[in-house]
Amino acid sequence: MPNVKTSVPYRGTPEQEARLREIIALHKGQPGSTMPVLQAAQDIFGYLPEEVQIMIAEGLDIPLSEVYGVVSFYTQFSLNPKGRYQISVCLGTACYVKGAGTILEAVQKKLGIGPGGITPDGKFSLDACRCIGACGLAPVMMINEDVYGRLTPDQIPGILDSYQ
Amino acid sequence: MEPKTVNLTIDNIPVAVPEGTTVLEAARSAGIKIPTLCFLKDVNEIGACRICVVEVKGARSLMASCVYPVAEGMEVFTNTPKVRHSRQLTLELILSNHRMDCLTCSRNAHCELRQLASDLGIDAVRYANDQLPPQMETTALHLIRDNSKCILCRRCTAMCRKIQQAGVIGPNDRGFATHIGCAFDRDLAEVDCVSCGQCIVACPTGALAEQDHTDMVMEALHDPTKHVVVGPAPSVRATLGECFGMPVGTNVEGKMVTALKRLGFDKVFDVDTAADFTIMEEGTEFIHRLQGDGPLPLITSCSPGWIRYCEQHAPQFLPNLSSCKSPQQMFGALVKSYYAEQAGVDPKDIYVVSIMPCTAKKYEVQREEQRMANGCMPVDVSLTTRELARMITQAGMMFDHLPDGEFDPMLGVSTGAATIFGASGGVMEAALRTVAEVLTGQELKSLDFTDVRGMEGVKEASYDIAGRTVKVCAASGLTNVKKVLDGLADGSLHYDFIEFMACPGGCVNGGGQPLHSSDTRSFTDLAGLRAKALYTQDAGQTYRKSHDNPVVKKVYAEYLGEPGSHKAHELLHCTYKEQKRYRTDD
Repeated sequence: MPNVKTSVPYRGTPEQEARLREIIALHKGQPGSTMPVLQAAQDIFGYLPEEVQIMIAEGLDIPLSEVYGVVSFYTQFSLNPKGRYQISVCLGTACYVKGAGTILEAVQKKLGIGPGGITPDGKFSLDACRCIGACGLAPVMMINEDVYGRLTPDQIPGILDSYQ
Repeated sequence: MEPKTVNLTIDNIPVAVPEGTTVLEAARSAGIKIPTLCFLKDVNEIGACRICVVEVKGARSLMASCVYPVAEGMEVFTNTPKVRHSRQLTLELILSNHRMDCLTCSRNAHCELRQLASDLGIDAVRYANDQLPPQMETTALHLIRDNSKCILCRRCTAMCRKIQQAGVIGPNDRGFATHIGCAFDRDLAEVDCVSCGQCIVACPTGALAEQDHTDMVMEALHDPTKHVVVGPAPSVRATLGECFGMPVGTNVEGKMVTALKRLGFDKVFDVDTAADFTIMEEGTEFIHRLQGDGPLPLITSCSPGWIRYCEQHAPQFLPNLSSCKSPQQMFGALVKSYYAEQAGVDPKDIYVVSIMPCTAKKYEVQREEQRMANGCMPVDVSLTTRELARMITQAGMMFDHLPDGEFDPMLGVSTGAATIFGASGGVMEAALRTVAEVLTGQELKSLDFTDVRGMEGVKEASYDIAGRTVKVCAASGLTNVKKVLDGLADGSLHYDFIEFMACPGGCVNGGGQPLHSSDTRSFTDLAGLRAKALYTQDAGQTYRKSHDNPVVKKVYAEYLGEPGSHKAHELLHCTYKEQKRYRTDD
């Protein structure tokens, strides 16, 4: 099957690639080098598309499957860039019992993307997150720094439409 | 220095073992078999599945015996209520997430998980098991994967990464979503899998199996318009008996031939005969290269897993590859040319089946550069040893009762040199026997090149042949192959002739060979015992050198001309090209 994990095509610049090569050269051959190289690569490119993971696998001389295994294990790594507006729907215990699942569903339906995804225009990215400490307002969603509480699914389209 | 001896008790039995021994192995020396699941000696030793737990006096919790080293004065208990309960609970939890269609599963009676459930006395699974749907991956030509039967033991991924250097599969995602797959969950057919099938023989369940092509062969056998010809590879005669309960290392050549005849094949030939042609062609090529015509070292090209690895991982060595097709492909090419002509059959009506120790052969038969000038592919279907056993069983043959049969002689006479192709170092030894006699013009005093025998991963030797020192190397298992390639690349290693086999130990340990439990695989030298059967046959054979084979002599005299002739090249040689290792969508 084609790669359906990354929806934004790779557009790395030669400068970004040169920076990654420097980082790889710094860590090559050292035990435990995968994590710091991946962290640096995510800083450089904003996300870890297949092209970047191949550069890392070849650079460190480790299998691509190992690189991908690490990336897909840790939530700190992302296969897609973040959108201009980063949506986080809280799925912590309090929000969950207050119906956060239906909120997440409404966002997915409106934007046509799942958690970890980004709209093709790069405007919105969506993540499900753990407790953000606003349980009294459950269910809660954040868009960048804006917090929305006591949500119902029917509010979602209007909220998203307010972002231009 | 001898390792220190450590004294301990296991279930109150005193045991003395060398320092560094695991509790699991120490228990075996006391006659106690601790059940295991993720453990595969020297391949996967990660203590992950917790089936092998034991109580150790003074320890805070139960210990995974497969990775827990012994210590002086240690008291181990392997059969307490706490241990039994823990193992049962662990297994029940594994089973709660396993698709249990045991009756129709490809592993059926060979499944380690099913055996373990029986051994541990699991008679019910208390946790919900909502019959998981199958998750089939069928894109590769050689194998199918069903992750609904995967227990995440990681034996396959360890085999792929650690032993075979390919590393195309690994655990993806996390928690309940964890599954074995390729990077970006691409299909196996899209990645740099070498098709060796070692993941299949490492798998304890029915999550991995070869693509079964027995139906195609059955259909051909019952098609009156098809002339169906079969040939088994050298190593198959040393392993097929295991599928019928015979001891490892039993040579069943005669019974195998009878079984093939009774299955209804029109001709039962021997791929060993083709292996003798491989030696004639490859030996000639080596002599030419020694004389300055082409690069050294010459590297063998019999193993399609190694070929694929070379094309994708080490393309700078493609000019070193022998241009010889593999014995399987030479076999098909000779059947659909020489034999077709002799028998007066149109090559297009001939259906060639090969019986191979190998899953990569399924991939090789479909490679386009193998196509013959007459438009035919040399081999139509390649079956593994396991698939042949399945056909024999389904035909109702009592294998151990079968009388010995003989190959049809036209392409069924072979030599000891061809027989040992099935073991790592065998192709090298077979070639040396012929090359030495051709170069010196004298008969060898001893035909045994024992330095290149045995199951070590990398073997090297030097021989004085016709006043010249010839440095040779035989490596098996792709991790060992890579070590040699790295040495050649950085200039630290120099050889004239190299034999590479993708599978550790060579074809006797191929990915299409009979399945065994991890207990057998960990504590029996399967490859060594199987290889011994081949070397024993070689020692007693009428002809032991490929150039002595009367069929070889006849076919060259009447059909091919000299080894290395234009006609031989057209039929028996091909070239390989660099292939992309990674596929991206643009």
